[in-house]
Amino acid sequence: MAKDFGIGGSPKRREDVRFLTGRGVYTDDMNLHGQTYAVFVRSSVAHGRIVSIDTAAALAMPGVLAVFTGEDFKDVGGNPAGWLINSRDGTPMKEPKRPVLAHGKVRHVGDAYAAVIASTYAQAKDAAQQLADDTVIDELPAIIDMRAALADASNRVHDEISDNQCFDWGWIEDNRAAVEAAFQAAPHITTLELVNNRLVPNAMEPRASIGEYFPGTGDYKLTTTSQNPHLTRLLIAAFVMGIPENKLTVVAPDVGGGFGSKIYHYGEEALVLAAAKKLGRPVRWTAERSESFLSDAHGRDHVTKIELACDKEGNFLAFRTETLANVGAYLSNFSTATPTFLHGTLMAGPYKVPLVYVNVKTVFTNTAPVDAYRGAGRPEATYSLERVIDQMCRELGLDPFEVRRKNFLTTDQFPYTSPVGLVYDTGNYQATLDKAMEMADVSGFAARRADSAARGKLRGMGLSTWIEACGIAPSHLVGILGARVGLYDAATVRVNATGNISVMVGAHSHGQGHETVFAQVVGDMLGIPESSVEIVHGDTSKIPFGMGSYGSRSLAVCGTAMTKAVDKIIAKGKKIAAHMLEAAEGDITFADGKFSVAGTDKAKTFGEIAFSAYVPHNYPLETLEPGLEETAFYDPANFTYPAGAYICEVEVDEGTGKVDVVAFHCADDFGNVMNPMIVEGQVHGGVGQGIGQALLESTTYDENGQLLTGSYMDYAMPRAEDVPFYNVDYSCQTPCTHNPLGVKGCGEAGAIGSPPAVINAVLDALNSGGHKVAHIDMPVSPHRVWQAING
Amino acid sequence: MTTVSMTVNGKPVSASVEGRTLLVQYLREGLGLTGTHVGCDTSQCGACVVHVDGKPVKSCTVFAMDVAGADVKTIEGMANADGSLGTIQQAFQDHHGLQCGFCTPGMVMSSAALLAENPKPTESEVRHYLEGNICRCTGYHNIIKAVLSASGQMVAAE
Repeated sequence: MAKDFGIGGSPKRREDVRFLTGRGVYTDDMNLHGQTYAVFVRSSVAHGRIVSIDTAAALAMPGVLAVFTGEDFKDVGGNPAGWLINSRDGTPMKEPKRPVLAHGKVRHVGDAYAAVIASTYAQAKDAAQQLADDTVIDELPAIIDMRAALADASNRVHDEISDNQCFDWGWIEDNRAAVEAAFQAAPHITTLELVNNRLVPNAMEPRASIGEYFPGTGDYKLTTTSQNPHLTRLLIAAFVMGIPENKLTVVAPDVGGGFGSKIYHYGEEALVLAAAKKLGRPVRWTAERSESFLSDAHGRDHVTKIELACDKEGNFLAFRTETLANVGAYLSNFSTATPTFLHGTLMAGPYKVPLVYVNVKTVFTNTAPVDAYRGAGRPEATYSLERVIDQMCRELGLDPFEVRRKNFLTTDQFPYTSPVGLVYDTGNYQATLDKAMEMADVSGFAARRADSAARGKLRGMGLSTWIEACGIAPSHLVGILGARVGLYDAATVRVNATGNISVMVGAHSHGQGHETVFAQVVGDMLGIPESSVEIVHGDTSKIPFGMGSYGSRSLAVCGTAMTKAVDKIIAKGKKIAAHMLEAAEGDITFADGKFSVAGTDKAKTFGEIAFSAYVPHNYPLETLEPGLEETAFYDPANFTYPAGAYICEVEVDEGTGKVDVVAFHCADDFGNVMNPMIVEGQVHGGVGQGIGQALLESTTYDENGQLLTGSYMDYAMPRAEDVPFYNVDYSCQTPCTHNPLGVKGCGEAGAIGSPPAVINAVLDALNSGGHKVAHIDMPVSPHRVWQAING
Repeated sequence: MTTVSMTVNGKPVSASVEGRTLLVQYLREGLGLTGTHVGCDTSQCGACVVHVDGKPVKSCTVFAMDVAGADVKTIEGMANADGSLGTIQQAFQDHHGLQCGFCTPGMVMSSAALLAENPKPTESEVRHYLEGNICRCTGYHNIIKAVLSASGQMVAAE
């Protein structure tokens, strides 16, 4: 039977019982005395000047308590971008103000320009419709296509930005000439133009926020759907509203998925706080799904030209990319980091390519803001690399498995400094490729292809090998790169007098199972039952600090802070034990929940030590404070580098163009694994989203900036019938060398590795059927495949 | 306002509701049964599935007054009498068939309806039946395993 406790065990998740019985408490589940309802009035046009907003009729409607417009917030700060990126010429990026409510202009369909507060939801909804009717907006031509936005400076998303460009970034600029020279001399060059399709994150819980104000103390409280409540507090306090941090509590209770979209601070959060203060009553808002489609930060949306220079045997000489990255109408908090340092720095993949140059131009358009979505920049890098490598293999008649293998870094090359600036600490890419090929029975593929052919289907097999940088991030490094925050994390371990433990962590769990896994780690380290360990997250009033959960950082960064706090507990416990056992501190050992004097049978249990710390009758009070509570902050020394190999098999129906994923194999190296069950679940979910991107999900704006795929009627979410069972392995483990748990992170892997594997498989199938197709853009809908076959 | 009466999780309830009050609004706001969730506004996601007279219904798409007199069951009514998890709930926990938990109540209610109609479904029958329930976290793998396990069948694939 599988181990069901401690590090490496798979206990059932403690979170599950409340979710399975309907007793989870998500933001919208809360019911507050005197609560009122906010409904936002959102632009129905992509681009326009606000001429007038007549609030009189709405204010006179039943139950209406207040109306807010952009005018009410014109003197407060904007919601800032978290990273300052400089252009190739050294000039800083353009940073237009992102207001709480649009003021002067609306810049995308769904841009909120007013809000109504009423006693009931229905009353607020009715009045919001009235307010929309009483608003005059002069529609301007919509700027949707990125190339057109750059080409036509006469039409501007932001009046003060003449070229609709945020920045033009080169990485690494000093390598540009050497890369050019390598291409000039290269025996072979493969070029592909790719679209990495815009995605809507679609956490199943829509965003929701509740603002409260307590006039007696001047305190504010925001309950909100956030992946990182401390960052939200910091942004509201320091940039947007100027509320002192110590007068604002941000709580993120049960949160129904995030995938990036709930990292960011949104204007709705500021609005409910301001409205709560004005009215002296709680103000709540919950997005309808339509609002989520229009106003959540979207993901991806890159248009890329990638070139690969190689010799005739497929040895890589250089990669070069030119990317247009859509940032939408405003800069969301991570939007400038995602297409740059989360993308360009991964453009060497797991390969020993000597030269790489990445150019990214970010473009403002009249569309929803674009920011990090599961993987964030790294899926875009992996997709570009793995697609162009496969195409090169096809052009030169080379085996895609062997080409990857011979270009891999080898295990004797670590630590390895890549040509795009990262230092990979450890890895074994050959091992994960071998494992994936074994899992996929690559040698049996010909027989499976024949079987598919007998059923009238084209079968294809596609490979991708991927690497990412997780455990975000070393603060000194990201500071050099333009980050405006540190990216450490923090934890407090509070041992209570009765020996049970509360652990306050800066990471936030919104599906990842931290309450279970973090308790496994603490229980294991202290030799006590993990049922005695409670994990507290998502409340700035309880937790020292935290930078939240994204980028597969929770265990690698916050988990490390937690282990360091536990180490401090053990160290203090040794001092207490030495006193109680009348031994030298250096002679005290700690194992299996007991402090012992080495070489004797004298010992005190962890519980006895905890009790003594709080009832210090026999205690070294002259040299040691009572109590047993320790806090640690941890700033990582490096990123972590999970990697893996994914193999996908598809069947394509030539008559209809329909693609079915019939097998999917994942061999990943996540370093040490704390809870195999949860790691497998993370990979399943990531692959599901990746298959969604590859086959189904299209975010389509028409030329007027109307979102044509603004509901589940039109946006094709992957459903149970669209995906197979996944074959997942994580037995190839090269532990991270710079965190004590040896963990690398597993949350994004599936979403990074899977899209190119699917597309490579589709193209293998089509080419095997005599259809000479170099590339099809995602999502490879039946229509696109049929066009490729019949084009 | 109209007075509507029904049975919810075995208990008779009665309330005065607006004509436009949806069943899900009545359950969540009127009765405080917040386990039933709203994940979309087009009857697609299935987070709001409850049973009405034993049949699965998207409670965001029926008015409260339309189920007057009916027997309604929500996720809060799915545990065993002693409070322990019911068979399907337990299978979801055993097989890690949930992550963020938001779609889970609807998944459990739809799965229960499936197994009531078809006690031994095949994998493809499970996948087809759950096409009206969207999950963004799990990639469905462990949900399908959980439902097959709850039906007492060996899981064909891992």
